[in-house]
Amino acid sequence: MNTRPEVRRDEQSAQETWGPLLELSVREVFELMLGCTLTAPEGPSDETLDIIAMVGLAGQLCGVMSVHCSTKSGTSMACNMLGVEADQVGSEMCDAMGEICNMIAGNFKNKIAGLGDGCLLSVPTVITGSDYSLRSLTNTHALEVRLLFEGSPIVITLQIHT
Amino acid sequence: MNSVRALIVDDSSVMRKIVERCVRQAGIDLSSVFQAGNGAEALAILAENKVELILCDINMPVMDGLEFVKKLSSVENAKGVPVIMITTEGSESHVVQALSAGARGYIRKPFTAEHVRDSVVPLLRVKV
Repeated sequence: MNTRPEVRRDEQSAQETWGPLLELSVREVFELMLGCTLTAPEGPSDETLDIIAMVGLAGQLCGVMSVHCSTKSGTSMACNMLGVEADQVGSEMCDAMGEICNMIAGNFKNKIAGLGDGCLLSVPTVITGSDYSLRSLTNTHALEVRLLFEGSPIVITLQIHT
Repeated sequence: MNSVRALIVDDSSVMRKIVERCVRQAGIDLSSVFQAGNGAEALAILAENKVELILCDINMPVMDGLEFVKKLSSVENAKGVPVIMITTEGSESHVVQALSAGARGYIRKPFTAEHVRDSVVPLLRVKV
């Protein structure tokens, strides 16, 4: 599916128009590359999300796409991608998380008219641990999608710089 | 041609493994697989090895996929070898750039073994 709305940057229209596209982009990546269907959360979770993968977007749309989950979920994602057991994943978990974030960002921008050529993606960055704070030096608003991967929460956020 | 020697070029080791798995799942018999993390590493491999298929990312450090494909015309071991680009950059201009540079096909991430089969098999002319 390739929906092509016009590029709209104000916060409300971005949420209304881009929110569903972001969720669709996430679901497609997990279904095609990991062979799994994400589900909707039924309530809040107290699971610690201690790994975050980020990809920067620059051009007509500036911001940061991030995928936030637990190390356990990150390891399981890498297992699904590589077709191996958890004890064989090792450092490739971060590589896998970065690729997932990169594909979500690319899939998302390819669904929006005019963004394909006018928006570039950075190399992914992955941070492990939960004792950190992330600040942007420009005004931002965020689109957020919360889903469950194998019953554990993942949070996908697009911070849009305005 | 029954079995194929392939070169997979991507800065992500995870993605290289996924591409190899999808190629095998597509029914293509790989006799050997060379892996490179960027275009420069791929050129070094091609200086000493012949392959029948090249699958290449676009955004990579050191030498990106487009520059790598442009340089292939002067590489003896790459003459006539089909190059398929596999990348998240799915805009029309990226496709045009890749094909103009010499690529024979284009696969957008995310992808499946079926996408790989549809793009690769016609170029290899193998029965799978």
